Amino acid sequence: MNRIMSRWLPAYAFLYIVFLYLPVIFLPIFSVNTSAVPQFPLSGLTTKWYEELPNTPALLDAAWNSLIVGVAAAVLSTILGICAARAITRYRFRGRTAINGLIMAPLVLPEIIVAISLLIVLLQLGFSLSLFTVVLGHILICIPYSMTVLTSGFEGFDRSLEEASADLGESAFGTFRRVTLSMVAPAIISSLLVSFTISLDEFILAFFLAGTDATLPLYIWGQLRFAAKLPGVLALGTLLLVGSFLLVTIAEVIRRRAARRTQNEGGAIV
Amino acid sequence: MSDRPMIEIRNVTRSYGSFKALDDAKLSIREGEFFSLLGPSGCGKTTLLRMIAGFDNPTSGSIFIDGQPMAGIAANRRPTNMVFQSYAIFPHLNVGENVSYGLKRLKLDAGEEKRRVEEALEQVSLTGLGKRGATELSGGQRQRVALARALVMRPKVLLLDEPLSALDKKLREQMQVELRRLQQAVGITFILVTHDQYEALAMSDRIAVMFGGRIAQVDKPQEIYQRPATRQVADFLGGMNFVKADVVAVNGETITLETLGFGRITTAKPAGFSGNGASTTLGIRPERLRVMWDDEKAKHEIAGKVIERHYFGEITQLVVNVDGLEKPLSVTETNDFGADDIPVGAPIRLGYDPDALVAMAD
Ligand SMILES: Nc1ncnc2c1ncn2[C@@H]1O[C@H](COP(=O)(O)OP(=O)(O)OP(=O)(O)O)[C@@H](O)[C@H]1O
Ligand SMILES: [Mg+2]
Repeated sequence: MNRIMSRWLPAYAFLYIVFLYLPVIFLPIFSVNTSAVPQFPLSGLTTKWYEELPNTPALLDAAWNSLIVGVAAAVLSTILGICAARAITRYRFRGRTAINGLIMAPLVLPEIIVAISLLIVLLQLGFSLSLFTVVLGHILICIPYSMTVLTSGFEGFDRSLEEASADLGESAFGTFRRVTLSMVAPAIISSLLVSFTISLDEFILAFFLAGTDATLPLYIWGQLRFAAKLPGVLALGTLLLVGSFLLVTIAEVIRRRAARRTQNEGGAIV
Repeated sequence: MSDRPMIEIRNVTRSYGSFKALDDAKLSIREGEFFSLLGPSGCGKTTLLRMIAGFDNPTSGSIFIDGQPMAGIAANRRPTNMVFQSYAIFPHLNVGENVSYGLKRLKLDAGEEKRRVEEALEQVSLTGLGKRGATELSGGQRQRVALARALVMRPKVLLLDEPLSALDKKLREQMQVELRRLQQAVGITFILVTHDQYEALAMSDRIAVMFGGRIAQVDKPQEIYQRPATRQVADFLGGMNFVKADVVAVNGETITLETLGFGRITTAKPAGFSGNGASTTLGIRPERLRVMWDDEKAKHEIAGKVIERHYFGEITQLVVNVDGLEKPLSVTETNDFGADDIPVGAPIRLGYDPDALVAMAD
């Protein structure tokens, strides 16, 4: 069994990666094609689609909106995530697992259901649709990711460090700032980056909850109706792809480095 | 050391539900004293230490430090500092930053702060390691950083929770000597928690022995070792031969006992002794029984037969059967006269000093 597995595993992994990433490869390829029609063979190489991007006011507006929504969602979901992660790693209270489960639930709920439910609730509450409602929706789906990153940050944390700080005369707030926050700072940065990326790329919630202000994915969706605009969309998509990939990579690198630091408490024997 | 009490524990109880982790503890620890809390795992040593530090509060009773009641005073406002069992070195700070952590709040001028950090590092022999990262230290060095970080605050009381238990034997013995020397140099009251009786005996001015949340005896190391108040204390501090004894007479502070092996003995009355006519327990440490060679004579002797011999390098332990005693006696003898050559089965005479026999409450 094991032998068969180990023979086929590389082939399986290869197919999996091709299936997952091949379509993604076409995005940058066609975004540098001179022809507006995405087909092989390429008719020539150009960067004109990229050069046009900054000259499209609607796109710049959408980018600005995405930035605002992304930053707001990232900051708020990280703040909420810090409180929740600290409570869950620190205190053993009744219903702890249940609450943890509920916070993580948006990860597996169909996004369209979440979107429609939120839409109904927000309208019932008398909110008018705007970027603010998009932020609310994004916080909901970002929190599970923030929580995952932050919980791992808080878990490597030895309670006696806070006691040591109090013992040395520091107040509760000073302890939180000088010990707790400094030690989980990498997890916090990582959570900010990941939530920002998720918000930046999110479409369905934004589609239902945005009023007249479009975010980048909504802008792209709007442009898809015009065949002539396709190369511009591909160029924009490529940029988003590269940006997201970079942000998530940085987040993961920071998180791992921090995890290594807190777990390496044993230290070298000198 | 002065006679002024630095810490007073007045009838302190700490309950978790119906379980009492600490039961009606009373203690008075003097200024400048090296005091140890000794006891087996789970006896409540850490519980007591953490209440002194302010991380936990008594369910009832009160704690005074330097005459001040500590009720309602948080850990960061108490004149105590702690060396944690896990050391709790801040991993995101280097050695110097760890040591200066508590000084930052005092807002000293930069030169003064630097001077105090260097002084503290010197006290624990870590001079020049200020820039070293906290995760790049050996166990012994981490222990020293924890010590320096607490000492630099110049507390009235330094609390140490099993500070040496994570170190290997050699380093532990070296640190015992250093800690004791350091305490005498700085003159601060040290309270050491340990479950290692040798550590407590070697380092302390006085020891409190605890069992199951209760303080069984508080005294100087020699007294604790030679005059244990109860069988439990005697047992915890090393080997002890117990002999059943009948009380013949009680005269004020002394009692006269009749035993089968050791005859009639008059000794100090144990603290917890209740009435006469009862039976009690006599104890004698294995090293207080001496092997009598050939024509050697002692004023008090007991005869028996060697039934087991165990070799431990510098000493040999003999197990000697004595007629009339329900249990054989354990005897330890240094090997310089050939105790390791005594054959099993040989008849043997053991000399003793009646003062070495202690009456104990059960
Ligand atoms: N938070 C708590 N809840 C319930 N019981 C507790 C709690 N903290 C301590 N105990 C109990 O109180 C008793 C004393 O604990 P303590 O930590 O003081 O022991 P200790 O003497 O320091 O032992 P050790 O040598 O193992 O550190 C133990 O039986 C422990 O299980
Ligand atoms: Mg303990």
